[in-house]
Amino acid sequence: MIPTPDLSHLTNTDFEKVYEPAEDTFLLLDALEEDAKSLKSINPGICLEVGSGSGCVTSFLGKVLGPSVLYLCTDINPHACRCTLLTGRQNQVDVNVVNGSLTTPFQNRLAHKIDVIVFNPPYVPTLEKEASDAQHSGNIGGAWAGGTDGMRITNVLLRQIDSLLSSAGRFYLVALKQNNIPEIIETMQDQYNLTGEVLLQRRAGREHLFIICFKRQSSISLQ
Amino acid sequence: MVRLLTHNLLACHAKDCNTNNFPLQFKDVQLEIREADFNPEFLKGFMPKIDWKALVDTARQLGDTSLPLEQPEMVDDEFLKNLHHILLEIHVEEGSMTCPNCGHVYPISNGIPNMLLAEHEIG
Ligand SMILES: C[S@@+](CC[C@H](N)C(=O)[O-])C[C@H]1O[C@@H](n2cnc3c(N)ncnc32)[C@H](O)[C@@H]1O
Ligand SMILES: [Zn+2]
Repeated sequence: MIPTPDLSHLTNTDFEKVYEPAEDTFLLLDALEEDAKSLKSINPGICLEVGSGSGCVTSFLGKVLGPSVLYLCTDINPHACRCTLLTGRQNQVDVNVVNGSLTTPFQNRLAHKIDVIVFNPPYVPTLEKEASDAQHSGNIGGAWAGGTDGMRITNVLLRQIDSLLSSAGRFYLVALKQNNIPEIIETMQDQYNLTGEVLLQRRAGREHLFIICFKRQSSISLQ
Repeated sequence: MVRLLTHNLLACHAKDCNTNNFPLQFKDVQLEIREADFNPEFLKGFMPKIDWKALVDTARQLGDTSLPLEQPEMVDDEFLKNLHHILLEIHVEEGSMTCPNCGHVYPISNGIPNMLLAEHEIG
């Protein structure tokens, strides 16, 4: 078993500004751990976590995949970027953080070069305005505010995946039942030939959470 | 942290800025050297993904001339140690990066590059 990363260096003041790991985060860690063997088999060179928040997920991935992999993170919240860096250090994982939106800073240079993309997005259905305000200000509201169907931010990322993912690459996404999982999977299949599969699901309070993993059709037939 | 490794992967992504938008040019930088664990396996795996010319030019601008102009096919320990130092141990803590094409300035503060764009700058 891989231990949950040490976050003891982060304080309540940090978690007023940065998303504190919760059920969604832990479900994602569980999925990554269950999938570890198959993930290692593709011999990843570059991992990118979008919206890294506290840095908990990337530090965990660093323990799963080891030090010969490049770990990149983005977050629109500058406090999250700082926490991600500190959490990497605390857990001896060498993490590179960029204060930026989704994958945009890397789109030019890393086309078809990223082996693992992970996103635990702001998935909560909210007013559209709440989501757009949070995206502009980069504050903690950006951790959950997802617009009418909770898909406002995720939908933008879904359009970026195909151009970045390597041929054997994997994309792990956290989603809520209300986000319409079958529709997400169908869209990715029809538009990009990326095949999605639900790895884990769990009810946590009012939320019914899912972890979906997407792969290219070609990489699946090789297995 | 902005190390030359990260810098080698960042391009300008402002609206309509699609050519000659890489590498971003460092300006007014404050550097810090911090030792990192030497990992030849990581370096060898990452080498094919490096834009070599951008790395050599940027290292030279920061005063390090230890890399050859062409990426060598056979790598020895001395080369890997130089590469290790340049990619992973030079930290740009403060300063900025300017796009060579559109002139957009991306600030760096506390070692974190700010690649955010305002709404009207997004393509
Ligand atoms: C639900 S939190 C997840 C945090 C962390 N990955 C975890 O699992 O605990 C969502 C994160 O995405 C970030 N975020 C929201 N919109 C983003 C965007 N457009 N680009 C990058 N990050 C974004 C938020 O700031 C927040 O840190
Ligand atoms: Zn530009």
